[in-house]
Formats: sequence, structure tokens, C-alpha cells
Amino acid sequence: MNLTRRETLALGLGATALALLPIRASAAADDQIAAFTGGADIGTGDITLTAPEIAENGNTVPVAVNAPGAAAIMLLATGNPNPAVGTFNFGPLAGSHSVSTRIRLAGTQDVLAIARMPDGSFIQASATVKVTIGGCGG
Amino acid sequence: MASGVKPRVKVPKSATAGETITIKTLISHKMESGQRKDGDGNVIPRSIINRFTCDFNGENVVDVTMEPAISTNPYFQFEATVPAAGEFTFTWYDDDGDVYTDSKSIAVN
Repeated sequence: MNLTRRETLALGLGATALALLPIRASAAADDQIAAFTGGADIGTGDITLTAPEIAENGNTVPVAVNAPGAAAIMLLATGNPNPAVGTFNFGPLAGSHSVSTRIRLAGTQDVLAIARMPDGSFIQASATVKVTIGGCGG
Repeated sequence: MASGVKPRVKVPKSATAGETITIKTLISHKMESGQRKDGDGNVIPRSIINRFTCDFNGENVVDVTMEPAISTNPYFQFEATVPAAGEFTFTWYDDDGDVYTDSKSIAVN
């Protein structure tokens, strides 16, 4: 197989892009996800995670998550020493399946929200937050 | 951490039956994460509120499991359906076994 210079360059670029594409969650975050989903596949769907693009202070980062119809939503900060942030379980009187709160982020990282739907399927959304000052003390 | 904990809750005074209302809660608590160290390099032990629940007339609205990554003075905003007049009860569970409660009644017109 003879490759021209142009084709070789394109191949190299493509391979780099492939390697960077999947969001790499830490091993601890993977454990948390497995504990929540029981190893089930996570799809995409009607779930929105609202987080600031840049958070100056990692001690209080406002986040909001909305997943219509969800039974429970788990929040994960994949770059924290302990990636679990919290799990929101919605009862019969929940007006909407949305909640907002403030979380701590150790540094620039991806925040994940995974929702468990009543039929047992899982959907997720993620947002990258750039953190200027980390929120875990020193 | 049993001192200076003060729950604050904002619930509308009245609603129409079946209406969805927004509730805001805040409780003052330092939420020591267990990651920080004091001046001598010793780890400050974890002391957080690990669970928050909101119920209306005994029926659950939301039940939150909290981890150290929740900020100081945990704040939550969520929505609830009000089927009839009654009382919201809010409960926070501390790591040290303390339970903080607050309640707000709502009228239906």
C-alpha cells in the first residue's frame, strides 16, 4: 500500500482525534457508575446538565440538572479525589425531575450526570468545567 | 458539628391544588470534606450532612444522598407538586448522628 504524504498526514490526524474523543473517566468514577447502573449500558436522552464553563472558585460551583421522568439522578465529578457528588431520588410528589445545587470541584474536569429512568434504562449528560482555584483545600 | 446549624427554607405561602412550586433550602454547615489538612499536616476528619429529604404530608418529594463534594452550606432548589393543603417537612442527617428538621405549611386556594 503506497500512501502519499497527504494521506499519511490525514491518517495520523484521524488516529489522534480517535484517541482523544472518548471522555476518560477515572477508575474511581467508573466504580461509582457501575455501582449506580449495575453495569447497564448508558445511552443519551432527554437530560440536561447546566454548569458554568469557567468556575473561578472550585468551592462552590452551581450546577443544575434536569431529566424529565427520571427516577434518580447521580452527579459525578470525575476529577475529584472522591468522584461521587450526590444522588437525587425523586418521590411521587416531585414537581419536576430537576434540581440545582452547589458542588466542589478539585480542578478542571468533566462533570457527569446519569439518570435512571423508571424502565431501568440510564441516560447521561456531561459538562466540562474549567476551575481556576480548586475546591479541596491543600 | 452540632453548633450553629441553621436550616433555612423558602416555600410559597399558598398555591392552587396540583400546582408545581419551587422550593429552596439552605442549611449552614461547614461540610468538612475529610480532604483538608490543618496547620500540622493532620487530616481534618470528615464531618458532613450525608442525607437530605423533603416530604409533603408523609409523601416523599426528594431524597438526596450527599457526598463531601457538596459545598459548604448545602443549597438545593427543586420543585414539588402540591395536591392539597398541608405541611412540608425537611430533614437533614448529619454524620455525627444529629438530625435537623424544619417544616413549612402551605395553604391551597
